[in-house]
Amino acid sequence: MKATAFALTLVAAAVFIHASSALPAFGTADAPASAHVSPRYIERGYEETGAHNLVTAVLADYRGYDTLGETTVIFTAGLAALLIIGAGAAWSWEGRPR
Amino acid sequence: MKQPFGSAVLEAAARLLAPFVLLFAAYVVSHGHSSPGGGFQGGVLFAAGLLLVKLTRGDPSQWEIGPRAALVLACSGVLLFAGIGLLPLAWGGSYLDYDAPPLFADPVAERVLGTVGIEVGVALAVAGIILLVFDALAGWGEPERSA
Repeated sequence: MKATAFALTLVAAAVFIHASSALPAFGTADAPASAHVSPRYIERGYEETGAHNLVTAVLADYRGYDTLGETTVIFTAGLAALLIIGAGAAWSWEGRPR
Repeated sequence: MKQPFGSAVLEAAARLLAPFVLLFAAYVVSHGHSSPGGGFQGGVLFAAGLLLVKLTRGDPSQWEIGPRAALVLACSGVLLFAGIGLLPLAWGGSYLDYDAPPLFADPVAERVLGTVGIEVGVALAVAGIILLVFDALAGWGEPERSA
């Protein structure tokens, strides 16, 4: 079983490494990832969102829904970490001093 | 870690540093739309300023944000973000479509306001969670288990 899993992992790794050689070079201007919505963001980001910082324009405006999910992830991860640390048992809402 | 490990030097240094750290956090959050920064970074800075006070003054410091307040802070941050997103729906816009409510004539000004609003929400959520995790790790604020 372990040997099968190891062999499958090797096969998957080989497939991924082989496929990655067909990717466009890093930073290619006409790569599909930079040719779809990026030009619109770069050309019209400031006049559409009023944000000089294009990172903020994308993060908070064009992709605001993504950032909402990101914030929720941080919130949920923090609460889960609290429960794992064990704060949940010793930490009742009524027992809080402040 | 019930005892503060403060000394005169630590106390003086924290008193000097903490206001500037908190002010810089406010700057990073509010200036995020025109310079590097934003809610995540500003929230971490805000939490760092408060943790500095917690570390030097210990549990009973005067302007500490306790675990309960930190939890309220984190929840209100996420709710502020989601609430700002819901607001445009009342004027027929899409979720998080900041320029739908007719507040200003200039839609770009409304988008800037919405952006700053959600950045504040993100900052509150991040700061609250960091303070909560710190409190849980330090073991402060655990109720006395007497009964």
